[in-house]
Amino acid sequence: MGGALFLERVSPVHRLAPEVKIAAVLLFTIIVVITPRTEFWAFGGYALLLAIVAVAARVPALWLAKRATIELPFVLLAIALPFAGQGERVDWLGLSLSLDGIHGAWNIFAKGTLGVVASLLLAATTTMRDLILGLDRLRCPAVFTQIATFMLRYLDVLADDARRMRIARLARGYDPRFLWQVKAFAVSVGALFLRAYERGERVYLAMVSRGYTGRLPRTSENRAPMSQWVTAAALPVATAGIALIAGLG
Amino acid sequence: MTALRVEGLHFAYPDGTPVLHGIDLTLAPGERVALLGPNGAGKTTLVLHLNGILHGGPGTIDVAGARVDPADRAALAEIRRRVGIVFQDPDDQLFMPTVAEDVAFGPQNLGVRGALLEERVDEALAAVGMSEHRDQVPHHLSFGQRRRVAVATVLAMRPEILVLDEPSSNLDPASRRELAEILEPLPVTVLMVTHDLPYALQLCPRAVILDAGRIVADGPTTDLLADEPLLHAHRLELPYGFNPATVSRP
Repeated sequence: MGGALFLERVSPVHRLAPEVKIAAVLLFTIIVVITPRTEFWAFGGYALLLAIVAVAARVPALWLAKRATIELPFVLLAIALPFAGQGERVDWLGLSLSLDGIHGAWNIFAKGTLGVVASLLLAATTTMRDLILGLDRLRCPAVFTQIATFMLRYLDVLADDARRMRIARLARGYDPRFLWQVKAFAVSVGALFLRAYERGERVYLAMVSRGYTGRLPRTSENRAPMSQWVTAAALPVATAGIALIAGLG
Repeated sequence: MTALRVEGLHFAYPDGTPVLHGIDLTLAPGERVALLGPNGAGKTTLVLHLNGILHGGPGTIDVAGARVDPADRAALAEIRRRVGIVFQDPDDQLFMPTVAEDVAFGPQNLGVRGALLEERVDEALAAVGMSEHRDQVPHHLSFGQRRRVAVATVLAMRPEILVLDEPSSNLDPASRRELAEILEPLPVTVLMVTHDLPYALQLCPRAVILDAGRIVADGPTTDLLADEPLLHAHRLELPYGFNPATVSRP
């Protein structure tokens, strides 16, 4: 589970330190979000930049497209906007659409897609472990990175627990087809919570036994060299360039 | 000089349930002792006292001359280095994303850093034959491998007493034998909590039986396991067909 989005490849993007990539993607997304929605060609430029990164990272377009479907619920919401929107209206194929709504829909679709694809590229080129390490090096509060670390380790253990409990239910003739049969499932979720809670206590005892005093030791002090920061800066710098030209033009 | 001295240890859980009724136990340095007893005898409770996790009842514990005193935090850190506990479920013990990071956790808490830390990790993983798995995710290891890594996480702290809670539970026969081969040459004092009487006989020359919070027997493992009425009285049973008197020593 921990590496479902990670795509094992040898590429210059994969080699970059995680904190560098996180910073680049974050800046990219911020610039995309603050770009006025009517600067249509700027968005084309952003998409081109991501395409270049994808090629450099050797991430196939189809792989990206499949995983970008996570965005679909938001796209559905966006499609409703031109019909529901207020203000000036235009007629298209016999439909009366709100101009404001069309712009709103485009705004969600374009910015959402760019953000999702950028995040997917980050996830495809960085393991979960490295992402957490990167956040830690970017001075993300230790509470968050520690919670993420534990999740990364125990999600699989918990999923295994859940799978075994499900098989045990099925083995006793449980066949959840109707809503009223959901009770056994709900009880299992409760049992799973208790198991996780008790495991938490045991993990804590084991940690204390090894001298834990409330602070996880830093795993590695290796920082990204300046050259990596410069390489990764290419993405936000190019993005900002496009945004500026669009803003001036 | 004793490796471990427990004197008059009593303990009751906060709800009033008494668990330990005056435990006296002394281990000489390098000694290997099996702690036997039925479920609910208080074995795990006793183990959690040895490094000061549980405390509060009358009685004292000394580890190589140092008193276990939960109020003295600095001394407690040293006690936790000296007493290494390997818990029953390796998934409780291995919580870091990779094997090497987990093995490094204990020594890091002791302030070991850099090349010295690497050395400790390599040494501990080599001792349990898991060196080539150092960068793996614990979840991707077999149960037997995870148990061995759990032993390594404690060895990396260079303990003086190794406490193993049910080390052979859930292991297949080959993993069980491999673990024995790893434990046998370790130059530490061992206290092994187990229900696996043949394993106790194989690894520990001396055994104590704990039942209902009291040490009811203490002697050579061979003698204890040959005393059928004693075993029977404390819900201990030898596996079918196993005769401790005729076991051939390699």
